[in-house]
Amino acid sequence: MEFTELLLESLGTLTLNKLRTGLAMLGIVIGIGSVIALISLGQSSQRMIESQIQSLGSNLLTVSPGAQNSGAVRGAAGSATSLTNADAEAIKNSTSITTIRNVSPEVTTRQQVIAGRNNTNTQVVGVTPAYAEVHKISVDTGAFISEQDVSSSKKVVVIGPQVATDLFGEGVNPVGQTLRIKNGTFTIIGVTASKGGSGFFNQDDIIFAPLPVVQKQIMGVTSLGSIALEANSAEVMTQAQDEVGYFLLERHKISDPTAADFSIFSQNDILSTATQATGTFTALLGGIAAISLLVGGIGIMNIMLVTVTERTREIGLRKALGAKKKTVITQFLIEAIVLTFIGGLIGVVIGIGASLLLSTVLSMPFALSLPSIGLAIGVSGATGVIFGWYPARKAANLQPIEALRYE
Amino acid sequence: MSQPIIKITDVHKIYTVGGQEIAALDGVSFEICKGEFVAIMGPSGSGKSTLMHMLGALDIPTSGTYVLDGEDVSAASDDELADVRNQKIGFIFQAFNLLPRTTALKNVSLPMMYAGIHKDERERRAKKYLELVGLGDRIFNTSNQLSGGQQQRVAIARALTMSPSILLADEPTGNLPTNQSLEVMKIFQELNDEGHTVVMITHEPEIAEHAKRIIVLRDGKIISDQPNSKRRSQDGQNNKSSKKKS
Repeated sequence: MEFTELLLESLGTLTLNKLRTGLAMLGIVIGIGSVIALISLGQSSQRMIESQIQSLGSNLLTVSPGAQNSGAVRGAAGSATSLTNADAEAIKNSTSITTIRNVSPEVTTRQQVIAGRNNTNTQVVGVTPAYAEVHKISVDTGAFISEQDVSSSKKVVVIGPQVATDLFGEGVNPVGQTLRIKNGTFTIIGVTASKGGSGFFNQDDIIFAPLPVVQKQIMGVTSLGSIALEANSAEVMTQAQDEVGYFLLERHKISDPTAADFSIFSQNDILSTATQATGTFTALLGGIAAISLLVGGIGIMNIMLVTVTERTREIGLRKALGAKKKTVITQFLIEAIVLTFIGGLIGVVIGIGASLLLSTVLSMPFALSLPSIGLAIGVSGATGVIFGWYPARKAANLQPIEALRYE
Repeated sequence: MSQPIIKITDVHKIYTVGGQEIAALDGVSFEICKGEFVAIMGPSGSGKSTLMHMLGALDIPTSGTYVLDGEDVSAASDDELADVRNQKIGFIFQAFNLLPRTTALKNVSLPMMYAGIHKDERERRAKKYLELVGLGDRIFNTSNQLSGGQQQRVAIARALTMSPSILLADEPTGNLPTNQSLEVMKIFQELNDEGHTVVMITHEPEIAEHAKRIIVLRDGKIISDQPNSKRRSQDGQNNKSSKKKS
């Protein structure tokens, strides 16, 4: 018997009982749909985190005090004092370092900030003008911290739009107004443009002040929280990391690189860590969805077993009229595969729809992975084969006499 | 008559039920020649169903031989038996056994589908045989839209499509009212007159009387095998007209 005829035969049987066919398919639809929707959700969040990290500045290297292997990967500002302004200056003026374009020494502290009746708790970052270059900060109104502000330790600040809203309300231009940090009064000279982001990555909830002002007047330290370096291009990141690393080792008179009192992260390190984390998250979601696919497959097997029992007489008749074992197996397998395959296709459509909806609701970028769709369809077909095999074999092994007698 | 189309020699069939051996057939031997119309009778438990399964290549004997149309099928494999059933035997069952919610045409085509006959040829033959049993105007009716007698006639058409060596009917009128029974029996007689070999299992004497030869079984043994002296003759005129149709 030809395959196409068996296929038509199976389709005919499946359309005879539409409700049951539909319910059997539903398990696979939900299984495949959730696999696709959840994997797409995972990938969307991965993409979102990636783009937020990218927006922190490209070609960025960060030198932090404290050795990486000491456990204190990035201690609180002031806890490690191995990086100094002199280090930053030396890197900038070094002739052996050729791959670095900008050097931005920074300190960061969290402070209560007061303006009139309003106050907020926010990050206060001590910066030099290089900061804006390195971190791609642009100023919406006013100006950024200038070289002169730094050299003369002027008590001026540039604030993020979130801080502006928190302290002065929506739509008010705070430039020229003052705010107080730790009993010092600062004049606002600019508001940065919004960069978006939320939580840890919120770059709008921030205040920039000249580096020496933050170091001496707010924090009372002389060391640096970190030095951000902008490499000439993405290609020289590794070279830049090495150059800066060896330069600082020499400067700090450390011969063993594993005993370094600083560590250097590149943006790529952070990115790959985040990607790894979200990858685990995606795998977890996919795993949960795979379980529902498994349940769907068992549903198919259940329905097929019921079908075999219910159609015992029909199978007996087919065998009496000359159907061979192989023919019966093929017919039932095709039925199972058609069920799961069509279910899989519907699931793919629903899954794509659900992930579109989710990405809209959660305002995330819409990511759709073609391999995961291909995989889902393949898996749904395979589910048909695996879970259809046992019922099909059961049908084929029925003895025609017993099957004919079955009431 | 001519050479035997069925030759059964000392066939035994032993079932083991609860550790006890039960001989459903206990040394049965007979021959059936081409063109015969044989009724196999016997009370329930006499082994006639077992004999029918054996004749229909649905089962193989424990010992003894069964030669059908020159082919020994007593030790065939499952798939060989499937071929024998497909090619040499036309089944007619008590419960009709049509596919539910499927057209008469499709039902009649089923054995030809398993034989790998092309779709056009299947339809042509199916129509021909449905017309032969007087259902030419019902080919697209599904089985549940047909009366019992009509369903059995579809089954007869189905049995004929592969031009089998024998027509094997198992209580073909068991589920039919009297008038429809007679209709079906008339078709069997007509087919027999045209040269088909018919073997019919029944426990009803009045149905058996349509046959030319009656074999009676009891306790797995043949207790009587003789020509039917009281054979019911059929209406000659009807016979002629239906012959013309075919």
